Amino acid sequence: MQYLLLLNAQESGFAKMTPAEQQQGMAAYMAYTDALKAAGAYLGSNRLQPVATATTVRIVDGKTQVLDGPYADSKEQLGGYFLIDAPDLDAALSWAARCPGASHGVIEVRPIWSMEA
Amino acid sequence: MNHSEGDDLARATADAVARRSYGKLVAFLAVRTHDVSAAEDALSEAFASALARWPRDGCPANPEGWLLTVARRKMIDVLRRQSRSQIESHDLQEVALQAVADVLADALAESEIPDERLAMMFACTHPAIDAGIHAPMILQAVMGLDAARIASAFLVSPAAMSKRLVRAKDKIRLSGIPFRVPGREELPARLDAVLDAIYAAFAEGWTDPGGADVTRRDLAEEALFLSGLVAELMPSEPEALGLLALLLHAEARRGARRSPAGEFVPLAQQDPALWNSQKIADAEALLHRASALGAIGRFQLEAALQSAHVDRCRTGRNNWPRVLELYDALFALAGSPVVAINRALAVAEVHGAAAGLNAMPDLSTDNRLAQYQPHWATRAELLARSGAFDEARHSYGIAIGLEQDPAVCRFLEMRRSALPAQSTPGRYNPL
Repeated sequence: MQYLLLLNAQESGFAKMTPAEQQQGMAAYMAYTDALKAAGAYLGSNRLQPVATATTVRIVDGKTQVLDGPYADSKEQLGGYFLIDAPDLDAALSWAARCPGASHGVIEVRPIWSMEA
Repeated sequence: MNHSEGDDLARATADAVARRSYGKLVAFLAVRTHDVSAAEDALSEAFASALARWPRDGCPANPEGWLLTVARRKMIDVLRRQSRSQIESHDLQEVALQAVADVLADALAESEIPDERLAMMFACTHPAIDAGIHAPMILQAVMGLDAARIASAFLVSPAAMSKRLVRAKDKIRLSGIPFRVPGREELPARLDAVLDAIYAAFAEGWTDPGGADVTRRDLAEEALFLSGLVAELMPSEPEALGLLALLLHAEARRGARRSPAGEFVPLAQQDPALWNSQKIADAEALLHRASALGAIGRFQLEAALQSAHVDRCRTGRNNWPRVLELYDALFALAGSPVVAINRALAVAEVHGAAAGLNAMPDLSTDNRLAQYQPHWATRAELLARSGAFDEARHSYGIAIGLEQDPAVCRFLEMRRSALPAQSTPGRYNPL
């Protein structure tokens, strides 16, 4: 099955880190990505620009409404994702627990809606 | 054989198979298809077919195999119907269908259908499933209880219970929750969830001590069966044995909790001759086996406490210091306010009522305590023993106001009216 790991964390946390700490943080994500690849579980990942860059769009009464800002204004922000392949939820949860994001934020694990079964 | 005799026999056989192997058959299908609802639907249709056909054709030699074959066909029918509307690739769908059929054919060729109820229970109590629905899920998927019966035992509306059960089954299927017994590393925590769910089911059944409510009495029996099943399938897990010992101890005293007139009888005043000595002996043997495995746990300690209470009531020997030791261990391991309240009673027995009152949990630590009847009844008892009769009267009043069981209310009222009018220490004789 495919799972999306949604990484939520306080954006301000990263900015508060020293350059050395930031580099260490990046290295941890690189190592995690390599581990996923080595296990054949990696399907894709991306880091998102801060929520300050977010724009929301919806159509209300036939009119396109564009708003500055993220959809959900919460203490933690969606900052990136990993798309992984795992045999079951337990395997996906153990990948989520290993993700560096689990130590400085919250990871939401969502199964991908399969169109084949 | 005339029609009605055949009918009766078919019904009796179907009922017997249902009771004995419903959970086994559902688990067998669900473990392979990951779809608990579909397995339940297919099996209930298979049981309906059995009731229609067995009277006419006679009971099959292998009723479980017959039911599984019919259930498999029903599941294939459902898959075929879905293929037209929901599934785009017919090839992939055929592969899935064939896989289900192969697995079932293999299993039917074996004379014994593998028992996968444990794997099912671990799926139902997975940490990704809301803990509040663990017990209802096990009761439905393994015992075959319908949502209405479970709802009435847990005091929620059937519609709400039904919705929560469907949601949990959808989550199991869609999020890929595995059907398997966890490995050694995870097992202790995951087994706790299974045992907690069984205990919760038993506790719901236990709250009707008069046994007037059939739904609830049955629930305690179902939980006892489940606990026995887990102990049988995991004989070297001390906590699985401990839970069964605890439930057997409770069951053994079921009949003694009420006088013939229906009045509440506290443990200290129960007649040990009314206890089921076989169940007590079984519980003791289980506890003995569990302790030999060398890993203490909450349920073993609770069973050991029951055992100590039984021993004291039977022999009259004062073993309160030993009871307090067990409560201390239990409190260190699972320090809930409920344990603290029971421990306070033991403290009072060993060190006096004032020490007992000091050991009571503080209302500010948990606001649910203010609504917990035993908190007020215990406080009242300890206040009375220390001569604070007015405060005791007040606490008994709150306990009575919180209690739903009329027999327990009458008991508390009797205790309250036995209090002397004046708060004069030392003149009140407890129990």
